[in-house]
Formats: sequence, structure tokens, C-alpha cells
Amino acid sequence: MNDLWFVVIVGLSSIGAGLLGALSGLGGGVVIVPLLTIAFHVDIKYAIGASLVSVIATSSGAAAAYVREGFSNIRIGMFLEIATTLGALFGAWLTTKAPTEVIGLVFGLVLLYSAYVSLKQKHEEITEHPDQLALWLKLKGDLPLPDGGEQPYVAQRVPIGFGLMWLAGVLSGLLGIGSGAVKVIAMDQAMKLPFKVSTTTSNFMIGVTAAASAGLYLRSGYLAPGLVMPVMLGVLVGSLIGSKLLVRVHVRTLKIVFSLLIIAMGIQMIVNSAMRFR
Amino acid sequence: MSWNDQRVETWVGMLLRIGVLLAAAVVLVGGVLYVMQNKGPRPDYSTFHGEPATFATLRGAAEGIATLEPRSIIMFGLLLLILTPIARVGMCVVGFAFERDKMYVVVSSLVLVILLYSVFFHR
Repeated sequence: MNDLWFVVIVGLSSIGAGLLGALSGLGGGVVIVPLLTIAFHVDIKYAIGASLVSVIATSSGAAAAYVREGFSNIRIGMFLEIATTLGALFGAWLTTKAPTEVIGLVFGLVLLYSAYVSLKQKHEEITEHPDQLALWLKLKGDLPLPDGGEQPYVAQRVPIGFGLMWLAGVLSGLLGIGSGAVKVIAMDQAMKLPFKVSTTTSNFMIGVTAAASAGLYLRSGYLAPGLVMPVMLGVLVGSLIGSKLLVRVHVRTLKIVFSLLIIAMGIQMIVNSAMRFR
Repeated sequence: MSWNDQRVETWVGMLLRIGVLLAAAVVLVGGVLYVMQNKGPRPDYSTFHGEPATFATLRGAAEGIATLEPRSIIMFGLLLLILTPIARVGMCVVGFAFERDKMYVVVSSLVLVILLYSVFFHR
């Protein structure tokens, strides 16, 4: 395959990855890395670099839309970004040290976990319990309700949420993904924030977390221009189309199909990595 | 979050979108030049050998852009892209300062310092 065809095919595949990532809410990164490594035999370190850059593009590109909905909480996001950016620095450093097959193995496990999170039914448990630490840090807000009213909420178990966010940052830096699944778990399950607040605030945070490891990727030679170019442009176009389509498609069915795809890719990556250990 | 907060954020979001579109446009220009000049076999991505560090420095990028080197133009676009979320955090610092929220001026400044450290100094 010559370079022109490679660029075109990777670009078209990236449009598909961005589209699926936006429709499923998991982001393009979880699709693009397995796609590049399994289908195009790209070394996972180049794939991670290309994926991370497209994560920044989609997160920043969609920022205006998330804020307009009025659910995201900037203070909660900013406070937790201390944890995610520090984690991302550590994760990006780990990538330069860890062998390819270990990264592949961890990636496969995270794929399986993401599919599980995306399929699980959400149960809402909002609380106004006055957590002293959360109140001191102003980690609270009001959720706009469909009837025009507001439901006040206060974050719970801040240290656990902060720790999980650090882990989300490590995974983002190590694997080149937005790790939105872990971010939502930290806010939704540990901190008991309303689900809509968790998802939109997570989206707001993803680009900032990714930027923290991008600098190291850039200087360590993970960003191959001829590969990143079609991936970044493709994922960006795909996710823009996806966010427009989102209001019209039946998300539940799509989520199941997509999760099965992710599970298949996760198993494939685990098997590939395990075979290289020998 | 007050209504005013939301207006400022919407405005910041628009600026971010412009930043991303600008970065994408630069990458696209570099990409078109790249496919015009590289008609041979694709580079070997199957084993990691690290890209030359010349593209990663501002001076290297500037020299490459001056000579219309496609890969340097692409890398410059990527640098612009990486800077957009960092600019957003910078704008949050200013926003919290306007609201006289000292604690969150400190929190967002801390995030900004971590980001700047990672992009310019971390090894």
C-alpha cells in the first residue's frame, strides 16, 4: 500500500471511529487505537499518539455545546483536573518505559471495562448531604430540571473521587484515550453527582487531561505527522457528524452493537499481547 | 453555576472551537502538501523508532514552515491544538479572578502550571 492510499484509508476509518465514538459517548480513542494496531499493524505507541491528539480535537471542538446545556460544573471540573493532569503526566512517562505488550494488555482490559460501563443501567442517586470538605471546596451546584426548577446537589467522598480521577489521568496518559468511562464513574458513583453533571463535566475535562500528556508525547517522538494528520482530521469530522446525528438515532440499540464491537477488540488486543509475552 | 458564568463559558467555548478549526486547517494544508510530496511507500509504523525531535521544537517548526516542509506544518498545527485546552484553563484563571474567587484562582493556576510544565519542561 503506498502512502497516499494509506492516508486516505486511515482518514476514512477515522471518520467512522469518530462517528461511533460520538454516538456511543465513549469517544474516538477507544476505537482508533485497536483499529490502527489490529487492522493497520501500527505500533501501539504511534497509535496512542495519534489517538490522544484526536481526543483533544473532539473535546475542545465540542466544548461550546456541552456548556450550552448548562449541566457541566466548572469548579468541580477544575478541582478534579489537578488530579487528572498529574495522573496524565505520570501515565505518559509510564508509556515511554512500559513494553508495547504490557500497554496492549492494559488497553484490552480498559476496553472490556468501558463496554461494561456503557451497557450498565444508570441509577440516579442525588444527595444534598452537607459534606464539609465538599462545601469548603465549593463542589456543589444546581441541576436544571425539565420542569424549570432546580435540584441542588453536593459532592460526596471527595478524596475517593480525587483518587479515581488521578487513575483516570494515568490511563489517559498511558493509553492515549479520554478515559471518560473512569471519569464518569468517579463523579457518578463515588461523588454521587447527577449523571448529566458527571458526563458533561467529564467531557469538559477530557481535553485538558489529554493536553497534559501531549507535550511529552510530542517530545518523545510519538506523533508521526503522516499518521496523526489523517487520524486527527478524520476523527474530528466523524465526531462532528456524530454529534449532529445523536438527536435522531436510537442510542440504546447502537450502544449494544458498539459495546460488542469494543468487547471483540478488547479480547483481540489481550490475546495479541499475551502471545507476544512468550 | 450562575447565568453569567454560563455566558462567559459559552464565549470561551466558541474561542476553543475557533482554535480547533484553525489547528485543523493548518494540519489540512500540511496534509495536502504531504500527500503531494510523498507518493512512495508508506513510512514504517509497525515498529516504534521515535520521530525526529526537530519537529517538536518551535525553532524546528519555524524553519520547516519557512521552507514549506509538510511535516513541520502538520506538527505546528498539532502544537496549536495542544495549546487550545491550555488557553481555556488560562481564561478560567481570569474568569475566577473577576469573580474574586481566590480559592479557584489558586486551583486553576495550579492546573495551568502543571500543563505548562508538561508541554515545555517535562521529560
